[in-house]
Amino acid sequence: MNIPILSIITFLPLAGAILLIFFNRDNKDLLRKFVLAITIINFIISLFLFFNFNAGTAEPQFAEKAAWIGHGIMYHVGIDGISLFLVLLTTFLMPITILSSWTSIQDKVKEYLIFMLILQTGIIGVFVSLNLFLFYVFWEAMLIPMYFLIGIWGGKRRIYATVKFVLYTMVGSLLMLVAIFVLYTLYFKVTGTYSLNIFDFYTMILDPKLQFWLFCAFGLAFAIKVPLFPFHTWLPDAHVEAPTAGSVILAAVLIKMGTYGFLRFAMPLFPDALMKMLPYLSALALIGIIYGGLMALIQKDMKSLVAYSSVSHMGLIMLAIFAVNFEGLQGGIYQMLNHGLSTGALFLCVGILYERSHTRLIKDYGGVSKQMPIFAVFFLICLLSSVGLPGLNGFVGEILSLFGIFKANHLLGILAVSTIILAAAYLLWMFQRVMHGPITNEKVRSFKDLNKREILFLIPILILMFWMGIFPNTFLRKMDTTINHLLNQIKSKREIVQMQYKGENFTVLSLEKIESSNVNIDVELEEDPR
Amino acid sequence: MTEIFWLIPFIPAVSTFILAVFGRKLSKQWVSIQACLAVFASFVIALVSFFGIQGASAEHTLVKSLFGWIESGSFKVDFALQFDPLTAIMCLVVTGVGFFIHVYSIGYMAKDPGYKRFFTYLNLFMFAMLILVMGANLVVMFVGWEGVGLCSYLLIGFWFDKPSAARAGKKAFIVNRIGDAGFLLGIMFILINIGSTSFTAINEAVHGGEVTVGLATLIGILLFVGAVGKSAQIPLYIWLPDAMEGPTPVSALIHAATMVTAGVYMVARMNVLYALSPTATDIIALVGALTAIFAATMALTQNDIKRVLAYSTISQLGYMFIACGVGAYSAGIFHLFTHAFFKGLLFLAAGSVMHAMSGELNMQKMGGLKKYLPRTYPTFLIGAIAISGIPFLSGFFSKDAILTSAFASGKYFIWALGICGAILTAFYMFRLVFLTFHGQERIEPEAKKHLHESPPSMTIPLMILAFFSIVAGWVGLPVVFGKNLDKFGQFLEPVIHQSHEAHLSLGTEWALIFISIVVAFAGIIIAAIFYLKKTEIPHNLVKRFPFIYKLLYNKYYVDEFYNATIVNPMVKGSEFVYKHFDLGIIDAAVDSTGNITNFFGKMLSYLQTGIIKDYALIFLLGATILIGFLLF
Amino acid sequence: MIPTSYYIILSIILFILGIIAFFVKKDLITQFMSVEIMLNAANLALIAFSKASSSLDGQIIVFFIITVAAAEAAVGLAIILLVYRQKKTIKTEDIQLMKG
Repeated sequence: MNIPILSIITFLPLAGAILLIFFNRDNKDLLRKFVLAITIINFIISLFLFFNFNAGTAEPQFAEKAAWIGHGIMYHVGIDGISLFLVLLTTFLMPITILSSWTSIQDKVKEYLIFMLILQTGIIGVFVSLNLFLFYVFWEAMLIPMYFLIGIWGGKRRIYATVKFVLYTMVGSLLMLVAIFVLYTLYFKVTGTYSLNIFDFYTMILDPKLQFWLFCAFGLAFAIKVPLFPFHTWLPDAHVEAPTAGSVILAAVLIKMGTYGFLRFAMPLFPDALMKMLPYLSALALIGIIYGGLMALIQKDMKSLVAYSSVSHMGLIMLAIFAVNFEGLQGGIYQMLNHGLSTGALFLCVGILYERSHTRLIKDYGGVSKQMPIFAVFFLICLLSSVGLPGLNGFVGEILSLFGIFKANHLLGILAVSTIILAAAYLLWMFQRVMHGPITNEKVRSFKDLNKREILFLIPILILMFWMGIFPNTFLRKMDTTINHLLNQIKSKREIVQMQYKGENFTVLSLEKIESSNVNIDVELEEDPR
Repeated sequence: MTEIFWLIPFIPAVSTFILAVFGRKLSKQWVSIQACLAVFASFVIALVSFFGIQGASAEHTLVKSLFGWIESGSFKVDFALQFDPLTAIMCLVVTGVGFFIHVYSIGYMAKDPGYKRFFTYLNLFMFAMLILVMGANLVVMFVGWEGVGLCSYLLIGFWFDKPSAARAGKKAFIVNRIGDAGFLLGIMFILINIGSTSFTAINEAVHGGEVTVGLATLIGILLFVGAVGKSAQIPLYIWLPDAMEGPTPVSALIHAATMVTAGVYMVARMNVLYALSPTATDIIALVGALTAIFAATMALTQNDIKRVLAYSTISQLGYMFIACGVGAYSAGIFHLFTHAFFKGLLFLAAGSVMHAMSGELNMQKMGGLKKYLPRTYPTFLIGAIAISGIPFLSGFFSKDAILTSAFASGKYFIWALGICGAILTAFYMFRLVFLTFHGQERIEPEAKKHLHESPPSMTIPLMILAFFSIVAGWVGLPVVFGKNLDKFGQFLEPVIHQSHEAHLSLGTEWALIFISIVVAFAGIIIAAIFYLKKTEIPHNLVKRFPFIYKLLYNKYYVDEFYNATIVNPMVKGSEFVYKHFDLGIIDAAVDSTGNITNFFGKMLSYLQTGIIKDYALIFLLGATILIGFLLF
Repeated sequence: MIPTSYYIILSIILFILGIIAFFVKKDLITQFMSVEIMLNAANLALIAFSKASSSLDGQIIVFFIITVAAAEAAVGLAIILLVYRQKKTIKTEDIQLMKG
């Protein structure tokens, strides 16, 4: 089968965006329907990935390789057990965000939709790229549509927020670019061939000191994206000012690019540095959990409350990933998906309220449940999913993450458990103030309950929440091999570094191919001439 | 027939689903019938399974693994349900009492606009509670544990447009979550050290000597933190009195009969582990005893019927924990069992009073109601007698079993606290009875107009529960009445290993029974003197000891204390940190990076005068310097 | 045969005249002309050197410069014209669009 399915999924939205240019800008409904169709088709195609994904191998699947600029710069895409779900999450959420902005965006609809489609291409591109150059291109390209989405359709302080978002992200990614160059030249020095293929880089065992700096460069880029405390301040601003769909994509998928970056690049490429930095990174993640929770508690603006809850949740995800054990990694990755769903859903819910009253301040609401009983149910379920109630998706990810953290370090685990108290506190307090109590604002009295369109885009999310909470094995099993491979890579590369490194000034110690199966590293080392 | 036992929780679940999705299209009658029938069906299956596991040849523990739930590395949890004697008793209590409360609610909630929503929540609660008691491992139990917490939240805040109700619901959920965090940590420790959370595996590990005493203590205490939250013990009991904001059937079902006893159930379930750790059980006994007496003192001065009952529930739960703490788990479960009936009854009867009084809860505005409520009064009285520990009613036997075990275990301090609690219990219960039903009428004229006895759908459950409040104790008679009469304890034997129960001589047993009877009657007599004969005494006492009265009336200011020490500092501190650290330092640092760049740009831009001659001059100078540099 | 140094001296004189004119005069047109004078001073020097070193390189460059200067004059004058239309003046001190 030679259908370039990943390329189709990546570039179909872009093709749609190009086609959209030729549409009449006044026929807004046609524009929306066209884009909705494109995104739905894309989702259906991406389901093909899910069903044909081979869970037994850690090699990239559906891989495509084509010459591009040369000198190692190639078009090379493929997915494994981690990126599969992030691609699916993106394609799943895209039609939903389009539906959610059906009526709320009335201004410059055509441009808005074009940017949304370009954004989708950018995000999927990031997740499927296996060539670092390609990855970098998508990583930066995705900023452009986001810049305009926030800057044009955002709230009052949109320009400030969008400039901050873009510049902040760019500071990190520029350092990453430098690190990529370093890897590129090193690889050339050692092998005499140019390559930017991530798998070629995986084989490099780097000098620990060099690893440290490269890890910092990569790590900063991703930490800003995640965002890890204290690099989080762009997030509330961007979330608050972005239009609903922008917030959803930002929370659900964009910030996952940070965690994905850690998993794909920073951790397997520089395992030694990772292990040295772990205490600090874990501390930051832990601070993020508690700090984000406490900040969320006192926010007056619903969107920034959810944004800070993201900081807290992403802290948990990072902490789970930094546990560097199977359960932690799996829990962390699963929690990435859960967070995408539940926080995305929370932003949708806030968006629904915003569309009715054009305020995001908690104090302007109260007693909404009375007017919108159906919405109250949906909102509550999304909220409980975020709180991690068993039976819903959040619980599975949370308990696995906590278990992984706990297994790695009891103290961290004990402190991280505070997240379940804090999450309940800030979310339920908000729910109480917004949805319960008597109606204090006359505007609330005119609220209409969810219409068909709104129910239509919330239902799939809800079904998925329950499914992921009750039958997590559907998803977990597809990740196993990839996660095992990742762990193997980290552990065996680290061991090699520890055995070979004797304090000399090597930039590249050696090239080792880490097989996906459990390699007996000791044997390999004995055969090593050095 | 027993193999379908796993259906027990799912019948209410299916019913919940139907009600939640199609509820708007269903008629009111249909909703009530479906909701009640679902619970009744569960009850029937539970009953069948109950008989199925009895008998010498029958298997005592049925386990059914429905599907592999979460599997990741060494973390493996099956969605498994089990049915053993302990579960059987819990299931019967939950579905049995639950069924009557469902029936009662038909009458009680008849005029409420949220009727269908109420039954949806109630069915959901049955599902969660049954999962809790039937879970074959701690994680599945945790599902139910959190599930009932959610239902409690939903039902306390059922009338959510009342700010106090919305607040109470949220408070209940968050306080419970604090306990849950402890519970979750306990699960983590078990998973790491034992590798499985299934009860059989834990028991085997303990029997196999894999668990050290220190570990058992740690796990025991962490799990108990969860129980403290759920079962409203010191220091996390604060949510239960507020939970009375919910509709009365909810208070009866969730906050008296079933959910709050989950902690006791869990401790009894883990008895093998607790048996290892004297420290943990000592803590449990002490917390239980302190709660028993502490809550009882708070009940003394309350004027709100439901709050008195709430504090009474906390206090009775304390007794159950005393039992667990002294190793008499079956006595604890026995008290749980009888308590479910008489406390359920008391709440429902209080609800009936409320119904009659148009929602009035303050018993200072009642009095002399007994002639208006001919069916509610006797049932309420039976409940009060049962809880006070008057002989031959259910509460007597179970409370006596606990106190005797406490004495037998040698923890005389605990026993003494229990006895003090018993006298207080009898006193405040009869204070409640006398103020509400006897004495002179203090009813507001407006309420008196509508005064009426409740409909049969409410009074019939009352009578049935009253019947059980009398007889439920007879299944577990103490040893003084003859050997092998404690059917209850024998039935629980396969689950609860009574290892080190010290036996008292018959004489001591009689003496203990005598003391508790005296104590119970003393309490009632004092109450009668205070509130029937010489009604000025309470007022005089208040005047003599205003400080103590105020302290009790304001519930020892514990809520205020928590607000001042935890909640407010957290909120205020967060606000401060947000303003001065998050915005003031972190974000300011980010912004100032931009601003500093801007500043330098601005400074440099002043060189740009816009006058061409200046540029030319600078150019000339530059060129001259350059040439000069090259030449010399 | 006139010695090369004469040409160079003439070129320097022209160049300095251009500079002085540029700083003394206030209107754009004259300043523009003075720039042209400086340019041609440079051209002169180039040709002189070219002749002296009997290589054609310098002359070729001069051809280029003349062509470029022609284009530049066209564009420059057009700009000045437009500036005049906009601002009604071509005095340099009145036009400070680039002031920071």
